[in-house]
Amino acid sequence: MSQPGAPSLPDGLVVVVKRECETCRMVAPLLPQFATVVYTQDDPAFPTPAAVHDADLAVSWHHDIETVPTVIRVVDGVEVERTVGWVRNQWVAITGIESLGQDLPPFRPGCGSLSVDPDRVDQLRAAFSGHLLTSRRIELADLDDEMEMLFERGFTDGLPVVPPTEERVLRMLQGTTRAASDVVAIVPPDLVEVTIEKVAINAVMAGCKPEYLPWVIAALEAVCTDEFNIHGVLATTMPVGPVIVCNGPGTRAIGMNSEGNALGQGNRANLTIGRAVQLIVRNVGGGRPGEVDRATHGNPGKISFCFAEREHDSPLTSLAVSRGFQPTQNAVTVFAGEGPRCIVDQKVRTALELANVFAACLRTLHSPKLVLAFDVILVIGPEHARVLAADGWGRERLLNELHARLQLPGSELVHGALGIADGVPAHLRDATLPKFRPDGILVVHAGGGAGLFSAMIGGWANGQMGSQPVTKEVLP
Amino acid sequence: MSRTLLDPSSERSTLLRERLARPAHLSGQVVGLLDISKPRGDVYLDRLEELLVEAGAKVLRYKKPTFTKPAPVDLRHEIATQCTLVIEALAD
Repeated sequence: MSQPGAPSLPDGLVVVVKRECETCRMVAPLLPQFATVVYTQDDPAFPTPAAVHDADLAVSWHHDIETVPTVIRVVDGVEVERTVGWVRNQWVAITGIESLGQDLPPFRPGCGSLSVDPDRVDQLRAAFSGHLLTSRRIELADLDDEMEMLFERGFTDGLPVVPPTEERVLRMLQGTTRAASDVVAIVPPDLVEVTIEKVAINAVMAGCKPEYLPWVIAALEAVCTDEFNIHGVLATTMPVGPVIVCNGPGTRAIGMNSEGNALGQGNRANLTIGRAVQLIVRNVGGGRPGEVDRATHGNPGKISFCFAEREHDSPLTSLAVSRGFQPTQNAVTVFAGEGPRCIVDQKVRTALELANVFAACLRTLHSPKLVLAFDVILVIGPEHARVLAADGWGRERLLNELHARLQLPGSELVHGALGIADGVPAHLRDATLPKFRPDGILVVHAGGGAGLFSAMIGGWANGQMGSQPVTKEVLP
Repeated sequence: MSRTLLDPSSERSTLLRERLARPAHLSGQVVGLLDISKPRGDVYLDRLEELLVEAGAKVLRYKKPTFTKPAPVDLRHEIATQCTLVIEALAD
């Protein structure tokens, strides 16, 4: 079907061909019998000099020609019917000529239209759809190095970014059904409306593929909620940033890593989705280190910290399912977290032993003296998960056992106890206090098949006074 | 590929405003102190208030519900309409 602003077609039967296509050459002698106009994509004299040369492919582009030959019936300036390739009975139907091509085979597939040629499609999209992008254009002088210019303008996170050309941004926008002008969220700290277009520009810069864009959008929506509080996560002196956990069948479809080195380098989807979110906070929201970002140390995950849950062989319900989503839904959960810390127990053989070592390590989160203030993501490696599964433990049993082991005596937590100044007020000496609030331990299954290891990702000030984990569905 | 890039920023231009002249002395000024709700911040602000009152200023105290989020709009409006001076500083 034609697009808005398309060059109009004359009434009658319109045919689009190219000489390069064998099927077009086969049907060329038939065209004078019925064609009102023939558009040729390559040779201006094919099939006859009377053909109209679609030199800039504007007709082909705007009328969504994907295959040549295409025959379109136009009535009162409106397309009412089309057929592609050579299917004799369809050509007979659209032309009304019973004898058409009787000596030809009943069927021949067509060829790809030049307007969808992968080598041309990005330039065509920019030429014909570039006006849909409203962002300010930055013209580069001949001697400008585009990579250096992006650094100089403060648009990068310290690593080079992919220059956001019209072609790349339009290609990125193919990854979503949403309009470029749609507002996704209000981004702190400057509280700026961010559009799909700005998300796409920053996703290009981060190195995303178009199919990652819905994940970037969902993660951005999640971090910009009042519950997640990206303003506070950004402004804090603690070393936290948005940790993004991805769930659902789409994680595999876009090639995310949930297995070996899932929390590390090497996977484009993992790294660029998280990076895009942070670039948007920086470039659109205005959140930059040394300005509103006051982190004392920061952590390398503030460039990007995004991974998928290893769902296909997990003995645990997934994080998203535990938070109310269906296994078939794609979802992102954002968590204000620091870098991961390894939990090692290579001799563990029972779930009870595993709960013991998990609890002992979790107790030390941020400080062995601090309770209730911070949540944690416990990333269970497959070899540890196998131990849980062998004893029939699922998520609920594990969490119950962990919370039971993390009820701490006030005598060890009060100011000065253990020779450590920080802690709870002295009047709580005889109380028993939990290390974590009831929903403060988030469990995720991820990692490679070898290694009796898990990991913990410490959080930031939790609850309504700080940051809550937020899960959002990823929509096309 | 073109040599034109798209601006990834919010494209907001910063407004430059002239600062008001510093007052010659604090006498008669209404000074706002905002407690951001961090532990022991009140100890520091109490001492600051003592010094300001000694210098002849009237001090109004405000408090954010949580240090992790920006001050609510209503609170910012209250400070702006009630004070003639605000001591602005970033601390942790």
